[in-house]
Amino acid sequence: MAEAILEVRELCKDFGGLRALDHVDLEIYPEQIVALIGPNGAGKTTFFNCVTGIYEPTEGDIFVLDRKGKKRRINGYKPNKVTELGLARTFQNIRLFPNMTVLENVMIGRHTRTKSWIFGALFRDRRTKEEEKETIEVSYEILKKMRLEKFVNELASNLPYGAQRRLEIARALASEPSLLLLDEPAAGMNPQETKELEGLIEQIRDQEKIAILLIEHDMKLVMNISDVVYVMEYGRLLAKGTPQEIKEDERVIKAYLGEDHDA
Amino acid sequence: MRKIIKSLQVSFWFMFLTFPIMVIRVDTIEKTVQWRWLNLLYVGLASFFLSFIWRFLIKKKEEGSKKEESGEQTITIVQKIISTPKYNRPIYSFIFLFMLAFPWIVSTYQTNIMISALIYVMLGLGLNIVVGIAGLLDLGYVAFYAVGAYAYALLNYHYHLGFWTVLPIGGLLAAIFGILLGIPVLRLRGDYLAIVTLGFGEIIRLILENWNEFSFGPSGIANIPRPGFFGMKLGVEEATIYIYYLMILMTIITIFVVNRLQNSRLGRAWLALREDEVACEAMGIDRMKTKLAAFALGATWAGFAGVIFAAKTTFINPASFTFLESAIILSIVVLGGMGSIVGVILAAFLMILLPEYLRAFSEYRMLLFGAAMVLVMVFRPQGLIPSVRRKYVYELKER
Ligand SMILES: Nc1ncnc2c1ncn2[C@@H]1O[C@H](COP(=O)(O)OP(=O)(O)OP(=O)(O)O)[C@@H](O)[C@H]1O
Ligand SMILES: [Mg+2]
Repeated sequence: MAEAILEVRELCKDFGGLRALDHVDLEIYPEQIVALIGPNGAGKTTFFNCVTGIYEPTEGDIFVLDRKGKKRRINGYKPNKVTELGLARTFQNIRLFPNMTVLENVMIGRHTRTKSWIFGALFRDRRTKEEEKETIEVSYEILKKMRLEKFVNELASNLPYGAQRRLEIARALASEPSLLLLDEPAAGMNPQETKELEGLIEQIRDQEKIAILLIEHDMKLVMNISDVVYVMEYGRLLAKGTPQEIKEDERVIKAYLGEDHDA
Repeated sequence: MRKIIKSLQVSFWFMFLTFPIMVIRVDTIEKTVQWRWLNLLYVGLASFFLSFIWRFLIKKKEEGSKKEESGEQTITIVQKIISTPKYNRPIYSFIFLFMLAFPWIVSTYQTNIMISALIYVMLGLGLNIVVGIAGLLDLGYVAFYAVGAYAYALLNYHYHLGFWTVLPIGGLLAAIFGILLGIPVLRLRGDYLAIVTLGFGEIIRLILENWNEFSFGPSGIANIPRPGFFGMKLGVEEATIYIYYLMILMTIITIFVVNRLQNSRLGRAWLALREDEVACEAMGIDRMKTKLAAFALGATWAGFAGVIFAAKTTFINPASFTFLESAIILSIVVLGGMGSIVGVILAAFLMILLPEYLRAFSEYRMLLFGAAMVLVMVFRPQGLIPSVRRKYVYELKER
């Protein structure tokens, strides 16, 4: 198998006396869809925040393949550096730029893929103009992929909830990541929207040829599209396996799926 | 009816509060006490009516904001005129021609006032990059203005450098100061940033006041030459007109630059940074670098304005660079509408020209100024002319 795009070893994160992550191991290979599940407060979002540089891990190593295929330890990297390396994420509690248009939101996502700075802004040389034009075109294409083109000139805050979630994905995709991290992308969506999202996630994997790590509480979605499922509880990994294995795992059923699992 | 009772309460409260100063008057020579009951009546009536009007306006405002919430975005006529080229072209050309003709139709004194106003336009637009567009509350902006002014004064005094040589140097120096200050300070957010920049502004002023060997202390520096015109020495009158046109040119350049910055990759990043810093970083925007760019660019403009200010007045001392100055520039930005170029220009003219022409009321100037600020903040928090940002619009191409 190819080298892992993301390889996390013995990751720990403490908040004061609370150990939110306790020796977590995880790896993702190209074009894999990996799900991270677990009860509320298990530490899933904390894991994302550590990997994307928002928190600095207390212990452990995070390795990422950069765009040239070189393995890098990214502990302590700033979030923008991590994004430059090819990781892009969405947020559990939507964090769009509410007073910017849908198109502009995605254009911000193109930031790591463009260069112009003060000089370009002032003199608008040919390169800058081409870059701006390309930014708009590419952003629009991404919006089309996420079926958001009809909202293109709306303010992000005026979008329906489900569309806002898709816009977050579109914005993340704009940086052309090699690994996309989705934090509860289906939260607040109705069953039909969730079904649609399922198709979109698979489509992203197939078309962009990227890996996807997702946190999700919707078991149907997780079991349908994941190649590998990790289960967390109290900051520790409880189990890892294919959806089938996880469904049958005694500990998982007891700890997490519990009474409302009727599959 | 309830409103009347409320207003009555307010007026009684005011009468009670102002009783000692407005009504009782102790004559220390005759050792008698005068009771001026009539004043009490005035205070009572005035506060009653003001409070009544206030309540009325607040109510109207609330109705207005309810309308806004229900969906429709209200764009005023002024905003519409400004943003459509068909209407704004003739207006702008007229203003431009008027500004060109201005020094020939009025006295040197008037031209001088206009130059001051234009300097504030420049300062306002410069601070607008920092506060209005990038959303960084900078209360020490005047420090960079001082850097520019002293750069010209000192470089001229020691090395006899001319105006045109120092103009870029002043801007550059101010930018360097901006970056040096920005690196430690821009980690802070909101209020903290405001306080630290305020401190920085005062530090610069105190240094200028106390470091006599360097800056000649409170007595300042005199005999700063006006800009030369291709080596010619100009008389006071011609020089004033010359500086006036220079200021017009600089203002146009400033407008051009701010406009271009606003509509660029960098401008978008500033806007996004103002909305959500965490999301920005996750999108690959370098927070420090982007904020520093705003800070340094804003400072550069203050530096330019400082050099021109020194050349215009031919005398500078630390008293020109107090906190009040920062406050005025900031009010220009807030009053005009954050990020709105036209608004800032209008506010600069109002703030600088009105006090000049209202000298008769000079005692009440600050009072009126304060009242105006409060009114604007309550009833038009988005500024006189809120910015209509040019949005990136995707037009479907026909194939
Ligand atoms: N910044 C923080 N400071 C202190 N404690 C934190 C912080 N962030 C998270 N925690 C704690 O860490 C634990 C894990 O939280 P986390 O948000 O990662 O859970 P989660 O698995 O994402 O839950 P959910 O399914 O509700 O999103 C919780 O107990 C939480 O209170
Ligand atoms: Mg979470």
